[in-house]
Amino acid sequence: MDLANIMELVRSLWVVWLALLFGGIVFWAFRPKNKKRFEDDAMIIFKKNGENGGNAHG
Amino acid sequence: MSSASLATASSDTPNYYDDLIKKFVIAAVFWGLAGFLAGDYIAWQLAFPVLNLDLEWTTFGRVRPLHTSAVIFAFGGNVLIGTSFYVVQRTCRASLFGGNGFGSFIFWGYQVFIVLAATGYLLGITQGKEYAEPEWYVDLWLTVVWVAYLIAFGGTIIKRAEPHIYVANWFYLAMILTIAMLHLGNNVMVPTVLFGGDFVKSYIIWAGVQDAMTQWWYGHNAVGFFLTSGFLGMMYYFVPKQAERPVYSYRLSVVHFWALTFLYIWAGPHHLHYTALPDWVQTLGMTFSVMLWMPSWGGMINGVMTLSGAWHKLRTDPVLRFMVASVGFYGMSTFEGPLMSVKAVNSLSHYTDWTVGHVHSGALGWNALISFGVIYFLVPRLWNRERLYSLRLVSTHFWISTIGIVLYIASMWVSGIMQGLMWRTYDSLGFLQYSFIETVEAMHPYYIIRATGGLLFVIGALIMIYNLWMTAKGEIRDEAPIGLDAQSARAAE
Ligand code: HEM
Ligand code: HEM
Repeated sequence: MDLANIMELVRSLWVVWLALLFGGIVFWAFRPKNKKRFEDDAMIIFKKNGENGGNAHG
Repeated sequence: MSSASLATASSDTPNYYDDLIKKFVIAAVFWGLAGFLAGDYIAWQLAFPVLNLDLEWTTFGRVRPLHTSAVIFAFGGNVLIGTSFYVVQRTCRASLFGGNGFGSFIFWGYQVFIVLAATGYLLGITQGKEYAEPEWYVDLWLTVVWVAYLIAFGGTIIKRAEPHIYVANWFYLAMILTIAMLHLGNNVMVPTVLFGGDFVKSYIIWAGVQDAMTQWWYGHNAVGFFLTSGFLGMMYYFVPKQAERPVYSYRLSVVHFWALTFLYIWAGPHHLHYTALPDWVQTLGMTFSVMLWMPSWGGMINGVMTLSGAWHKLRTDPVLRFMVASVGFYGMSTFEGPLMSVKAVNSLSHYTDWTVGHVHSGALGWNALISFGVIYFLVPRLWNRERLYSLRLVSTHFWISTIGIVLYIASMWVSGIMQGLMWRTYDSLGFLQYSFIETVEAMHPYYIIRATGGLLFVIGALIMIYNLWMTAKGEIRDEAPIGLDAQSARAAE
């Protein structure tokens, strides 16, 4: 099997790669460690001009 | 981010370009009314063909694309661009990239696009591709304006003072990028003028089933990214704002966004069931459409549950009622859609009024109602008024338009399913039971009901315009607050 063949095989599995990527996103979103930061992010819309609530992550 | 840079970010208060957003709001209301009127006019034409007036400019075939473009691109487009500028500035705490002049170019450029497209249809200038009717020179102009829009929106995100990009902006940005891709992909046109033909005519470079597939890749994702993603961006900002509580689950919104983005793009073939499109592509489209049900409902639940613990607000706040009802209709149409994608169901629903009913449960129930809610939210704020002129009129608008929608979609369900069943009924000898004209005659009463529903919807829009006008003038109607019964209202006096 040369590189071109491997490449072809890998590309034909696109649905698997996308599903893995998506699984990673779900893990990231629901990881308990990230709970707090997402709760803070949800509050962004309530900040007044120039306010900086407790969201100094990132 | 270091604390030093945080400090500088908070010291200079950004200047939001709200006058620009006012223009988009006015344009949205203006084109909305024009589009609803055109829609109701063609609805009456279907009931009474004499209304075609025997003039080429007013025939159904020319006014129909005028209706669809006016409501989707003129009404919906101005709502989307205007609200996206409102939201991106506030959630990034940065003023619009490019400033007022650049923003005005986008505004006027977009209105020129609308006028060029709309007058073209009435004169018979069209590519004949649904939702992509504008001819090549209008397409090129839109490309310029849309790239400017991307730069203004993306530039504002880049210069943001807020470290995190709020999720509404993801939905808006997905809309802007995907629409750019779809527009270019579906409009690879060769103008006939290059070969000595007409200036206003062009043909697409590929033909047959390739063209069909590209067209519905475009058409479905225009629904998916223009009428869904963009409007979900509105939902994720304005529903929590109006309810005065954060979205039910921000984490769910992250998953919602990526699930929709991954799935929508594959669903286009459900518009081409039982055509020359290869069978496996049809099945692929069906499968992805059915999967779409899950993220769609995840998003709906996220929007509606934002009110959990504050349901009482629905009783006193008709603006919030508009928004929540719209999310409910979103749930309804995204349940119906996957159902219609199943080939067996589609063999009944395709070509019938059922599709038209599905379209308008999304378009009227979801897109228009949430736009009304958001416009009611924006006008007092943009015009610096204490509150709306009248909440009771908002409530009247809500009920009259909801009844209109129910008349519209219920009549189209009945007429669509009846039409589909009549087409496939055989007699004992294997002949078709009904001639085509018999099916048309059977639909007549339902067309009248639909057009009446549309009339109610138009009346509702006129009530809104009056209310907004008085609000902008700074008037406040003397009325009892909503939700108090008569007794406590009297006690309050
Ligand atoms: C007063 C309100 C409205 C009325 C009375 C109305 C009426 C109609 C009628 C009669 C048709 C043609 C159906 C046919 O060919 O059999 C139509 C098509 C359509 N309308 Fe509306 N409409 C209204 C509002 C809207 C709004 C607000 C939107 C979008 C945001 C919209 C989007 C569409 C679309 C996409 C189609 C094409 C449907 C298809 O090809 O299956 N309409 N409308
Ligand atoms: C999960 C979501 C959805 C799915 C799977 C879906 C699926 C479908 C299907 C199967 C059709 C009929 C195609 C045919 O037989 O010709 C259709 C038509 C249509 N849908 Fe949806 N739908 C969804 C959501 C929506 C929403 C939210 C809207 C509007 C806001 C919408 C707007 C339309 C339009 C405009 C058409 C008519 C296209 C045409 O023939 O001109 N859909 N959809």
